[in-house]
Amino acid sequence: MAVDLPSANSALWQPNRKRSKRVQFIVKSIFALFAIVSIATTAGIVLTLIYETIAFFGEVSIIDYLTDTKWTPLFQSQKFGIIVLISATFLTSGIAIIVALPLGLLSAICLSEYASPEVRKVLKPILEILAGVPSVVYGYFALLFVTPLLQSLFAWFATFPVIGLAVPELEGFNALSAGIVLGIMITPLVASLSEDAIYSVPQSLRDGSYALGATKRETVTRVVLPAALSGIVSSVILAISRAIGETMTVTLAAGQNPRLGLNPFVPVMTMTAFIVQVSLGDTPAGSLAYKTIYAVGMTLFLLTLVLNLFSFWFVRRFREKYE
Amino acid sequence: MTQVSSSTELVTEAVLRAQGVKVYYGTNLAVRDVTLDIPFNKVVAFIGPSGCGKSTILRCFNRMNDLVASARVEGKITFHGRDLYASNIDPVETRRRIGMVFQKPNPFPKSIFENIAFGARINGYKGDMNELVEDSLRRAALWDEVKDQLQESGLALSGGQQQRLCIARAIAIAPEVILMDEPCSALDPISTLKVEELIQELKQQYTIVIVTHNMQQASRVSDLTAFYNAEATEGGNKVGYLVEYDRTEVIFQNPTQQATQEYVSGRFG
Repeated sequence: MAVDLPSANSALWQPNRKRSKRVQFIVKSIFALFAIVSIATTAGIVLTLIYETIAFFGEVSIIDYLTDTKWTPLFQSQKFGIIVLISATFLTSGIAIIVALPLGLLSAICLSEYASPEVRKVLKPILEILAGVPSVVYGYFALLFVTPLLQSLFAWFATFPVIGLAVPELEGFNALSAGIVLGIMITPLVASLSEDAIYSVPQSLRDGSYALGATKRETVTRVVLPAALSGIVSSVILAISRAIGETMTVTLAAGQNPRLGLNPFVPVMTMTAFIVQVSLGDTPAGSLAYKTIYAVGMTLFLLTLVLNLFSFWFVRRFREKYE
Repeated sequence: MTQVSSSTELVTEAVLRAQGVKVYYGTNLAVRDVTLDIPFNKVVAFIGPSGCGKSTILRCFNRMNDLVASARVEGKITFHGRDLYASNIDPVETRRRIGMVFQKPNPFPKSIFENIAFGARINGYKGDMNELVEDSLRRAALWDEVKDQLQESGLALSGGQQQRLCIARAIAIAPEVILMDEPCSALDPISTLKVEELIQELKQQYTIVIVTHNMQQASRVSDLTAFYNAEATEGGNKVGYLVEYDRTEVIFQNPTQQATQEYVSGRFG
């Protein structure tokens, strides 16, 4: 019944080691090539940014860039106070995270801890679809729906005695509705990534907590959330980076008025909105205004880089390792 | 059909009493007709092959099965004579009085101190927390090893220390009963020995039910042993049942059931 297997040195074994090695080498080279393309692209972008930024700072003092309080690169009297654009970016992103943090975190907790598996299976993809809506749609949603809604809300508040006097007027372009919509836009990011972090907390920790007489709420807030903290924080930071770099929504809804301050009711110009403005205009290549967008782009890049580095550090520092 | 033998004299005062307990997961019957008493301040071992329902029964005693959506418990389980599954019984309060230690050490990702203090805090402990932490760690024979690193993460301890931390955490909230679900199965022999010594200590003050795959362990630490077995049904599911429950030396030296005899002598399982 049993068939004799060919012995190890039988003539039936004729491995083509040479060919395997050659194929191995080719496959490896192809992978390396693709890896190099993506790295080279990144390096190219960064180098271009650096090159043009250096050219920019050859004409504008870096001190002025950091301390000036006016941003008028396209005017006759040019001023380059980046702080003006940063304040606007900070404002819209700040409002966005105020909206997205509670909304995203609560939906994450709800999905992973309270929803039944069936509900979770349906709701999570729906939530993630929200992240797939094109940002230009969010932009005109903010401009044509949220702003008028807020305006009529503000007008209604203004009819109240006493407090009505304190209600400001909301302009057609404003940081508030841009920020709110930006917040809605990044909510799926916070929710989805936080949910992953919360869901991956081992069930044994929940059991341990319940076995000590903890209620569900105590288990969630005191055991599960702290255990998922590093994942939650990194999701929030990623969302902030996204909000800072987001362009269409703020360009469409927040306006094009470089203005220093944190008033959310008036038009402002974010860093990204400025880059759009110059890119769409007829600014000649090589001019100072042209170089300005590289300096702004560099600033934007550095800001998000710092955030990502912080997130990287935080996750490494606080990640809990379970077997 | 098998008979459940049980010498009446061994039941002094039943802390926990299971009567005709059946547990279903969904529509599958997992364990059938378990009837046994857990006497006061004794160590009861549950032994048996995998899938015989010993852990399932254990988890009925502190209503941990409530957390499994599909689980359903039939029959009656009483704790000091009161029905544990009555509608006026709060499972959260039950779990404070009936503590549990799990198969894999599961310390919280918090400091050693906070691991102990957590249970006390959520249960509204108003006394001196430092004292409670020290006392619990001493009882779990861990104090000397960790007294200088109370603020370090519980996850930094070795597996055996982690398990003793979990035991300390369980006794910190002053339970009457401690349920242990294969507490040594993830530990090395030396750590296992320490936990076993600890169980010997703890039985002065607590009633302990321990599930174990290790028959030597059952014979070393327990006063009473319950042997469970499983049988396959037509549908291919395994249903666990209690074969024999008696004093540990009877189970190991002179069991009345053949299945018990075969299991404890290592012929199957």
